[in-house]
This record gives sequence, structure tokens and C-alpha cells, in this order.
Amino acid sequence: MRDVAIIGVGQTKVGEHWDVSLRHLALEAVQAAMTDAGVTRTDALYVGNMLSGELAGQEHLGALVADFAGLRGIEAFKIEAACGSGAAALRMGYVAVAGGLADIVIVVGVEKMTDALGPDTTMALAMAADGDYEAAQGLSFVAINALLMRRYMHEYGYSHQDFAPFAVNAHHNAMNNPHAMFRFPVTAERFARAKMICDPINLLDSSPICDGAAAVVLAPADAARTLSAAPIRIVASAVGTDTLAVHDRRDPLVLEGAALSTRRAYEQAGVGPEDIDLFELHDAFSIMAALSLEAAGFADKGQGLRLALDGEIGIDGRIPVATMGGLKARGHPVGATGVYQVVEVVQQLRGLAGANQVPNARLGMAQNIGGSGATVITHILERMED
Amino acid sequence: MSVPRNWRLQQQRYCLVGEICEKCGAKIFPPRDVCPECEAPAQTPFAFSGRGEVYSYSTVYHPPRGFEEFAPYTVALVRLEEGPLVTAQLTDVDADQVRIGMPVEMVTRKVQGGGEEGAIVYGYKFRPAIRPTA
Repeated sequence: MRDVAIIGVGQTKVGEHWDVSLRHLALEAVQAAMTDAGVTRTDALYVGNMLSGELAGQEHLGALVADFAGLRGIEAFKIEAACGSGAAALRMGYVAVAGGLADIVIVVGVEKMTDALGPDTTMALAMAADGDYEAAQGLSFVAINALLMRRYMHEYGYSHQDFAPFAVNAHHNAMNNPHAMFRFPVTAERFARAKMICDPINLLDSSPICDGAAAVVLAPADAARTLSAAPIRIVASAVGTDTLAVHDRRDPLVLEGAALSTRRAYEQAGVGPEDIDLFELHDAFSIMAALSLEAAGFADKGQGLRLALDGEIGIDGRIPVATMGGLKARGHPVGATGVYQVVEVVQQLRGLAGANQVPNARLGMAQNIGGSGATVITHILERMED
Repeated sequence: MSVPRNWRLQQQRYCLVGEICEKCGAKIFPPRDVCPECEAPAQTPFAFSGRGEVYSYSTVYHPPRGFEEFAPYTVALVRLEEGPLVTAQLTDVDADQVRIGMPVEMVTRKVQGGGEEGAIVYGYKFRPAIRPTA
């Protein structure tokens, strides 16, 4: 196994791109990452995407994006793991470079969600859940998270308003991210008044439906220094899985897949939660942020929300999360999200996060979740010292 | 959903038939043929009573395609008295009357309308318990 480094990153602005197609979004991110890396050719391209078949009537994205990006002929596939597709594609790129099967690999996550009508997007997103026993009962993906959130409030005695700090923090950080979708502040008062969409989940508990693409270029770490002025080493790449359906879990309020994924990542990197300087977690809904903090070892069971209430998730807190806006405010173009998270960790470790810079960030973690916790992919990145 | 896909699930949808593990006695719903507790093969059918209580609930205002005619509707995780959790809609109850811990029982109801050409899909929903327990 070879050490793997990220030598270039690129991203489009997240938003409603009415005038841009899926292939153009992917192209923009690929070109930005290749320019950043200073490479003109790669050995392979892995595309993370969840919904192109359902919402754009287009599968077969590997060859499509490779051709469109001027890389015709190279190895290329789409990789799908629901909302975890982006990090799953990165994982496969990592495997290819670490295993010595490829030297330069580009990974792009892309999603185009805003072309479709609401009920169709809702149906497509529910495909991340168990088709026969969750989606077939009429549950939207939001509803599944709402069931978790209500039970969490019931078991630990929290109010809905206690979840406000996640939205407030995410929006605060997104204001300084030019690629974020929602660059405006949200107050706790505004959170309290937000429109209910699936009780107890309101609009400000939820990440938005949007379009976007992000890309990273990978290379063997020993070659990365000559290729890049600021290479970032991938010190852990780990996957954990769990049941698709929430009802099949021993304790629905424990993300076993996330616990497994993080434990494996910590072991690979030889670190623990106390060593992590920032955590790009999967805050698709505020309940997922709370459960992720617990599964990753930053808080005990039922205490993930306490961390947010105690002000420990801000840039200067004990564990900064959603440092560039997170899924909540940067946006959650589902199959692209896992790559956005990693691009943002790279920005932090390069010291290029501007007003949101986590001081002396050396070790950053990104965790991308497919479904309500069935596929969880964790990457830990480290600044390569001279 | 296609007709054969629903037809395959009729024992589950109409009769709440799951499985029991002959080795460790675990009762399993939905059926999965391998015991989640002890990983032994488990294919012996077991019909659940349909009685349970609400573990959590929510109301869907923005339904997926195919469920529009029912919105808003209340959904729940129901803890069956034999142990497993089931995801289902609640029926015959106002959303603001639902509470965690509320006793419920399974009934058969229309789950999808099928539109102009599709098949109507029936399946389990849960209502506040009114049947006397044996």
C-alpha cells in the first residue's frame, strides 16, 4: 500500500443552476481541480453521483464525464452509495492509487437536483431507504429523520429549539464561503419560527435541494511534493455499513455504521477524536449532526446536542463542524457532498479557509453518510509538513 | 411499484408474517432469512399479533410521488409486542392525538392509489388499539 495525497481541489458554487447541465457542472469542478493540481491527464476518473438516472435520465456518467472533460479513453466509472456517493468515489480513487493500480486519479462528485419537480425528487431521495419496507409505506427521507429526531428528543429530554445551534453555526460559516448556497445568517429566533416540513423537522433543520460538483486529484504521497506546493495526505479512508432501514437497527439512536467507520479511520491514522482539529460531518438534518458527533466519539450517547448547546462546534470550539457551511448552508447536492466535505478540509489544512480558518489546523476529518446511516465513509486528512 | 413486486410481499403486507429463528428464538420482521441476532438461517414463518406501541412518529406534508392523495399523513415506527420495530402509517387518528407509547394495532388499508392506470396497493397501517386483547 502506498500513501496517497490530494494534490488539487475544485468546486462549483452550490445552488440552483438552471442554466447548467449535469455534465457541465462536473466539467467545471474537474477543470478547477486539474488546474489546481497542475495536471493535464489522469489515469482514471471516478464519479460520485446518486440521482442522475432518476432525475436526469442519464446513467453511465463515468465515460460521459471523462469524454466531456477531455479525458476520453481513460478508465472511468460512476460510483453510487446514496448520499454517500461522493466519499465512496473518493474511497475508490484512494484504493486505486494506494494499491498502485493508478498514479493520478481524479474524483468528482456531481448532482443535479433542481430540474425535477418536488414529489419526484422526494421519491428519488427515498430510494436511499429500504424500498420494500420504508419508502413503500410512504415515508420520505425527511420523515425517516423526523422519526429519529422525535425519539431523540423524547429519550434525552431535549426541546426542538435545542437543535438551533447547528443551523446558526452552519449559516454563520457559510457567509464566508463564496461557494455556499446560503450566505446569510440565521438566528435562534428565526429557527424557532421556521416553517415545519415534517414534524419535528423544520426548514432550518434541513439541508437544501440543490446542484453542485466538487473534485479532487489524487497522487502517490511520495510524488505529491514535486507535483504540488501544498499536498494533503489521506491518513485514513474507512467505510462502515449498517441496515438500510432504521427499524432493523438494534438501537435506532446509535449510528453503528458511523461508529464502525470512524473507529476504523482512527485506527488507520493512529489518532483519536481528541486529535481531530475539525470535523466536516453529515448534517443533512440537525439530528444527523448530533448522532454523528456521538458515533465519532466526540460526545456520549445523547450528548451530541449538548456539545452544540455549549458552543463547542464553532471555529474556536472544541470540535469545529460545518466550517464552510456544512450540508445545511453550503448545500447538499447529494452525490457531490462527500467530495465538497473533503475539498473544504483541504482548504482548512492548507490554511486557505479565510475568515473561517481553524487556527493551526493539522488534522481534519470528513464523514459522508449514505441513507439514514447505512453507508458511512470517513476520511482523515493531514497537512504534509516540509 | 410493479404488481409482481407487491404480490411477492402479500404475506407481509396483509398478514404481518415474519420469521422466527429456530436457534435463538428471535422473532423477525421484516423477514430476512438470516437471524440478525445469531446469524443462523431463519426461514420459519411467524405471524405477528399486530399489536404494539408507537416508538416515534411524524407527519408527512410533502409526500413522494405516488402518495400525494393521502397527504398529510402520519407515519410511525411501531414497536411490536413481540419485539421488532415496523415502519408504517398511522390511520384513524388525528396527528395531534398521537403520543410515543400509544398502544396501536395493525389494520389493512389502501397504501397507494395507483393513479388512473396503476394497481391499488393495500397493506398494513396501524390505528389506536381498540380490539380487546385475548
